[in-house]
Amino acid sequence: MRRFRFSQQEIVFVVFVALFAIFSVFLKGFFTAGNMLTLLQNVAVLGILGLAMAIVVLGRGIDISLIAALAVPPGLVLQMVQNGHSLPYSLCVALALTIGFGLFNGWLIAYAEVPSLFATLATGLLLAGLGQSLLFQLDVVQWSDGMKGFERLGQGSVLGVPTPILMFALACAVVAFLLRRTRWGAYIYAIGDNPFAARVTGIPTRPIIVLQYVLAALIGCFAGLVMAASVNSMPTRIFNSTLIYDVILVVVLGGIGLSGGRGGVANVIVGTLLIGTMLNGMTIMDLSYSAQNLVKGVVLLAAVLADSFVNPRNEETAQQGDI
Amino acid sequence: MNTIMKWGLALGLTIAAAPAFADKGLNEPFQEQFRKALAGKVVAYVPVAMNFDLTEGWWAGLKRELEPYGVKFELRDPNWNTNAGAQAVTSLISEKPAVIVVHNPDVQTYAKLLMRAEKEGIYVIQINMGSAYRSTAFVGANWIEIGEKDTEAVVKACAGKSNKIAIVQGALSAAASAYTLKGVENVLAQHPEIKVVSSQAADWDAAKAKAITQTVLKQNPDLCGIVGFWDGMDIGTGAAVKEAGLTGKVFVATSGGGERKGACDQVKSGAFDLDMSYDVPTQAAQMAGTIKWLLSSGVRAGTVKGSEYTTLIPITKANADSQIACWNLSDFKK
Repeated sequence: MRRFRFSQQEIVFVVFVALFAIFSVFLKGFFTAGNMLTLLQNVAVLGILGLAMAIVVLGRGIDISLIAALAVPPGLVLQMVQNGHSLPYSLCVALALTIGFGLFNGWLIAYAEVPSLFATLATGLLLAGLGQSLLFQLDVVQWSDGMKGFERLGQGSVLGVPTPILMFALACAVVAFLLRRTRWGAYIYAIGDNPFAARVTGIPTRPIIVLQYVLAALIGCFAGLVMAASVNSMPTRIFNSTLIYDVILVVVLGGIGLSGGRGGVANVIVGTLLIGTMLNGMTIMDLSYSAQNLVKGVVLLAAVLADSFVNPRNEETAQQGDI
Repeated sequence: MNTIMKWGLALGLTIAAAPAFADKGLNEPFQEQFRKALAGKVVAYVPVAMNFDLTEGWWAGLKRELEPYGVKFELRDPNWNTNAGAQAVTSLISEKPAVIVVHNPDVQTYAKLLMRAEKEGIYVIQINMGSAYRSTAFVGANWIEIGEKDTEAVVKACAGKSNKIAIVQGALSAAASAYTLKGVENVLAQHPEIKVVSSQAADWDAAKAKAITQTVLKQNPDLCGIVGFWDGMDIGTGAAVKEAGLTGKVFVATSGGGERKGACDQVKSGAFDLDMSYDVPTQAAQMAGTIKWLLSSGVRAGTVKGSEYTTLIPITKANADSQIACWNLSDFKK
């Protein structure tokens, strides 16, 4: 029986390949180099956010405040430049805000021991509210002349590859290196696998948890800068959207269990590819909005159901903190 | 002759005496009443949310016109939450302001509440998004007209080209989006040669609009025009056209409140070819004028009903440089 066990990542990969093959055969204009690049470009920001979420979920946490980190610090950069500050100075202020926000999240979760779901739910609201009431004049912060040149982070292409894809690749490389090649990465897995055992073996669990949230906030801010550069503005109202669910979906669908300790960058990539293929194919087919939601829901449900049939939960895998 | 001379003399005397009257000043009999009717009255404002160009502009414009007359203002900001908005209107009904200026999130939610408010004697002015209940006044854009004008421009730009167009809708639940789509359909019905290759909702989100437009352009590089439903979202549409190197080849038509950064600057940069503006300062001035008229007339709320559809300003390269085509929020607030 052992041979027939697929991991969730593999199931999703199979679904992705099947979908991809069907679209390539039946959908005119799907399997072209240009469309492939568009497909990737459209999900690049989602993929970067998925990486941030993955770091936190691996350590058995969750970061609902990610979209606030995506919206507010980059929005602040645009607003400050609009108000006449220089770009480097604005970036430094935004970076400080992001790190401060990550530290606050981490402190709440690691030291004050607030469950991550509630802590980040509250801090996300706090940061978004702060931005809306104090930092921004308008919900949509527009690009201004002082930002000239910076739009290359999200527009244009290098050797034919659109920059957002390169940014996603870069983020993947950095996060993969961190998780697989550094001691910190190993600690994150250890904490996700069994936090108590990790602590007993002498791993500095609390500082590592703080580190996870700082990293997540920084990656979120990076994703926001790419997004703002790509659409020449920062629609800070995105905080109110359902983007965070898409991010969690990418992570869970890719096979990073919410119970922590399992998965890596490859899972995020697979999850992102599946979502990207679905969105792209349905846009080409010009499916209506409601039909798209229906299809998305059915495919996701199928993937998750397949996982629970193939890999049934038992006492060992059903851990505390599993949602 | 004698009588004529007498009259002449009398007339001469009157003319000579006239400056003497003017020295004393003349009371204009109506202004006192007008001032009294406005002083201390409360105008409550319930937008769908603050912090965006339209609602900030209306608020600033109303205050600027009415505050000097001693009108007091009250702001309830539901921040995109329809329930919070309904609660705000409900509590306002018991507080009895003189006027409620309301920006509906949809056609149904506030309709009954607004009817109740007018029964209680509160004038209700609806701005830009009307509800199913027609109150004393509606001031705002005619979305159907916007859809028609934008589509007509796109159809014209497509003449002699591929005749393939795309539509980037707003959010499906928003009536403004559905009305605009109706306008688009009206024009397309007269032009069977036009082929709509994509008609998708981007949820008023620039990033989604960009993603959809990129995919559509990859499939149809010979696309000749795009009808977008809001300039704040179509920044993404324009960015996708620009990145595909098709600026000038794909005609982008959209609409919005005419704020400089969101409208004129974008038209100048080539992101949009046409931005139908429902000039927010004009809308604010029309609302303020209506409030002045209602308060000074003393007419009972709900007994008169009328509409003031906004005359649209088409912003194109031809007028985007002018001082008056767009407005600037920071200057407007000063």
